[in-house]
Amino acid sequence: MLENLSVGTLSNVSLTVPGGQVVCLSGPSGSGKSRLLRAVADLEPHGGRVSLGDAVQLDVPAHQWRSRVVMVPADSQWWFDEVQGHFPDDAASRLPSALGFPPEVMGWSVSRLSSGERQRLALWRALALQPEALLLDEPTANLDSETTEAVEQWLLGEIRQRQIPTLWVAHDPGQIRRVADAHSRIHGTSLEPANGSD
Amino acid sequence: MEVIDLAWWKLALAALLILALAATGYLARLGITRSLLIAATRTVIQLALIGLVLEALFASSEFYWIALLAVVMLLVAGREVVARQGRRLRGWWAFGIGTGAMFVSSFTVTILALTVVIGPDPWYAPQYAIPLLGMMLGNTMTGVSLALDRLNESVWRQRAVIENRLMLGQAWQQALEDIRRDAMRSGMMPSINAMAAAGIVSLPGMMTGQILAGSPPAVAVKYQILVMLIITVGTGFGAVMAVSWGGRRLFDERERLRLDRLGNS
Repeated sequence: MLENLSVGTLSNVSLTVPGGQVVCLSGPSGSGKSRLLRAVADLEPHGGRVSLGDAVQLDVPAHQWRSRVVMVPADSQWWFDEVQGHFPDDAASRLPSALGFPPEVMGWSVSRLSSGERQRLALWRALALQPEALLLDEPTANLDSETTEAVEQWLLGEIRQRQIPTLWVAHDPGQIRRVADAHSRIHGTSLEPANGSD
Repeated sequence: MEVIDLAWWKLALAALLILALAATGYLARLGITRSLLIAATRTVIQLALIGLVLEALFASSEFYWIALLAVVMLLVAGREVVARQGRRLRGWWAFGIGTGAMFVSSFTVTILALTVVIGPDPWYAPQYAIPLLGMMLGNTMTGVSLALDRLNESVWRQRAVIENRLMLGQAWQQALEDIRRDAMRSGMMPSINAMAAAGIVSLPGMMTGQILAGSPPAVAVKYQILVMLIITVGTGFGAVMAVSWGGRRLFDERERLRLDRLGNS
């Protein structure tokens, strides 16, 4: 999926994520994890080659690429007053029960949502787009431990079932152990494979 | 009716009133004295100079002199548009986009009004062309600079929202939709307000001037209507162009938001 990618201080990052598998990325803050995801989503100028199956990033119009390779940022943004406006029309009927929202959530106003609720809805907003690859930037940062595990379960279920290759930025070693099929750490300017336990 | 000429010493009376205001401001420590005096001096000098230029221009009526004055007016307006933006595109882009938008809209509309609507002979007769272009440029300048300022400022503030919308696969036009609408609104608001208030709250300056100069009010009113309509058209198209070119420049060919292209003043 990534070949010789370079962005910011990172260079020559090569990584393959098979369908339905989760590769966790970790590293000290400021080491460029988010920028790496942004480069894969083509939100930042970068060197190297990114591809999804047969499709090469730069051959696909940028917005089409991003609707196939969807990134969920660590702090999600909402621009309409109500939740509904951010989702496709039929999203309410497909709302996954694992997220713990009643169907009325679509009518709620965004300003009423807690940061944890926003984060869970942002994950659902991304998955409702039927992405072919996922880039998750600390998807459970604002959640308590109980919700975190429920959301992990749900995400893993969707990822496996839809065979979505996923890059998942995580801090918590426990989470990495629970979700990762492979784990890479950023050391200085390069990305190195790590075994899940350290 | 013959126009009453104003003797220079009579203008000095008005200037004395300004000095009185400045003195009041100084004594009451209102902090306006300095800028008031500078602005008043600039008005007198600039208008006296343009009076001389126009006298010479009306006497010669050569096309290239008129064109030269028009270009100078355009460039000064372009510089002013740049100066009025808090955050602006780096390099020549801020100047280029503002000036380009003003050039296309105000020159086109002015030439259209001169050739089709008013029809002086020759069409570039300076008595008509220069005042009309001046009013067009002045208003278009305000509209374009307000629109660009709002566009850049909102993009800067809402970078996270725009990028999140891009992440969800929206095209840059869609991600910028609300901001573009806002920018257009702030660019157009002065012209729309002026049209709404014209004649009831305010008597527009050009009409007043024409009446003072002895035109029948019915004629002055028709000119004023023409001017207000074409000013709005010019401002509107100018703002449309500035906002769409400026918006395009904030994204690169891969539809990435490029805030590095915005600099601070």
